[in-house]
Amino acid sequence: MRYAMVIDTLKCVGCSDCVVACQTENDVPVGYCRDWITERVDGSYPNLELELRSERCNHCDNAPCVRCCPTGASHIVDGGVVMVTENECIGCGACIESCPYDARFQHPDGYVDKCTFCHHRLEKGQLPACVSVCPTKCMYFGDLDNPNSEVSQLLKNRKYKTLAPEAGTNPHVFYLI
Amino acid sequence: MQEELFTSGRNIPHIDPSLEIWHWPISLYLFLGGLSAGLLFFAALFYILGKDKEYPTTVKIASIVPPIALSIGLLALVYDLTHKLYTWQLYMTFRIESPMSWGAWVLLIVTPISFIWTFSYYREIYPRWEQKLQVFKRFKFLNTVEKFAQDNRIYMAYALIPLTLVLGIYTGILLSAFNARPLWNNAILGPLFLVSGLSTGAAAIILLSKNKLEQHTFGKIDLALIIVELALIVHMIMGYYAGSQVQLEAMELLVNGEFTLMFFGFVVILGLIIPAIMELIELIGFKVPAMVPALLVLLGGLVFRFVMVEAGQITRFLY
Repeated sequence: MRYAMVIDTLKCVGCSDCVVACQTENDVPVGYCRDWITERVDGSYPNLELELRSERCNHCDNAPCVRCCPTGASHIVDGGVVMVTENECIGCGACIESCPYDARFQHPDGYVDKCTFCHHRLEKGQLPACVSVCPTKCMYFGDLDNPNSEVSQLLKNRKYKTLAPEAGTNPHVFYLI
Repeated sequence: MQEELFTSGRNIPHIDPSLEIWHWPISLYLFLGGLSAGLLFFAALFYILGKDKEYPTTVKIASIVPPIALSIGLLALVYDLTHKLYTWQLYMTFRIESPMSWGAWVLLIVTPISFIWTFSYYREIYPRWEQKLQVFKRFKFLNTVEKFAQDNRIYMAYALIPLTLVLGIYTGILLSAFNARPLWNNAILGPLFLVSGLSTGAAAIILLSKNKLEQHTFGKIDLALIIVELALIVHMIMGYYAGSQVQLEAMELLVNGEFTLMFFGFVVILGLIIPAIMELIELIGFKVPAMVPALLVLLGGLVFRFVMVEAGQITRFLY
């Protein structure tokens, strides 16, 4: 079992529904977010190219945050999901410094918080909140180890990229381009 | 042209627009940790060499500094944690891949040793205190501890040599282990922080010493360390220069950016080159107040930590 998320940048309209759904589902404090939309513009007028990406923790295979954590609060659970145990986290910030995606933040209560792929929903067989609400259905979620899953098929048939692959993290959020 | 922005209104405190997770307490701690490592290293080394009579400041008097510096440093570290009540979790595990875990455990051993080392010398350092500290005599076990510490100094010294080297080098590796921050992510930062820590330790000994021989010897040691440190800084810049785009941009901050004055002005010129020249002039035989280069080295070491911690957090991967 290896969970992965595939996001079709050609279908994303940048509506931020995924962001609001996440904040609601996970009770994210005001002013913070576990996912966000990046708009990237390339070129100069009139030859402009626009890319919209819904970004979040990449649940890396080689996760620097897990490596740097001095207490083991950051850990990888079944399915490759990177999680933080709240009452083991001392709030030292090492994982935040080590993340090339700036996907982690210090929760006002002190511990470090981040996207969990909605692990509590996965356990019930539901999709992550962001995926379930996407109005353009540009987000896909599933098991990469299963060659017949939707995500495996998409990555087999479409061109895709990951963010900052040169950081050596082996991220598991894929962007179709 | 390329432009990237968050359209969902992301503006997380201390993360956006650039990281400000580690503040002045971390820089201060890195300085005090390096200084303590340097002082304890020299104390242990000169004790093992049997030079505690000729170098009383190194072995005895200056050893009052590490317990205080480490205590302040540790308080600063805890102050910078955001989940402070869970600090004990550091000692529930040892994570071999995490430099911070190494540091936490090394500090747990070095800090008590530094206290015991000073305690074993307190009668010699402050003979006048003995009377004031009559209270101590009521606690018999303190005499036992003192006797035990005095008898086992050599073992403490042997333990301190590797431990202080780990402490000194870890302050650099703590930063260099983060490949997400290109300015920190170079293999030379560990040795560089170690040498800088030893150099500030030597400077502190010069500052506290009233013994000409001691000042002279540590002037020489400090000069050698400064030359090594300058070489390592050149190596570091060369490393960035030959590196990837993100490292080139990191180098810009130091060489041609907002930290250039702090780095080259305060760290390299005022903190290394000028004291090196002054120490050289003194070696040739001219009279130079030993305090001045020593103070400059200490100041340079402190500014160096601040520059590296703050500049490093600005640098990041682009995608």
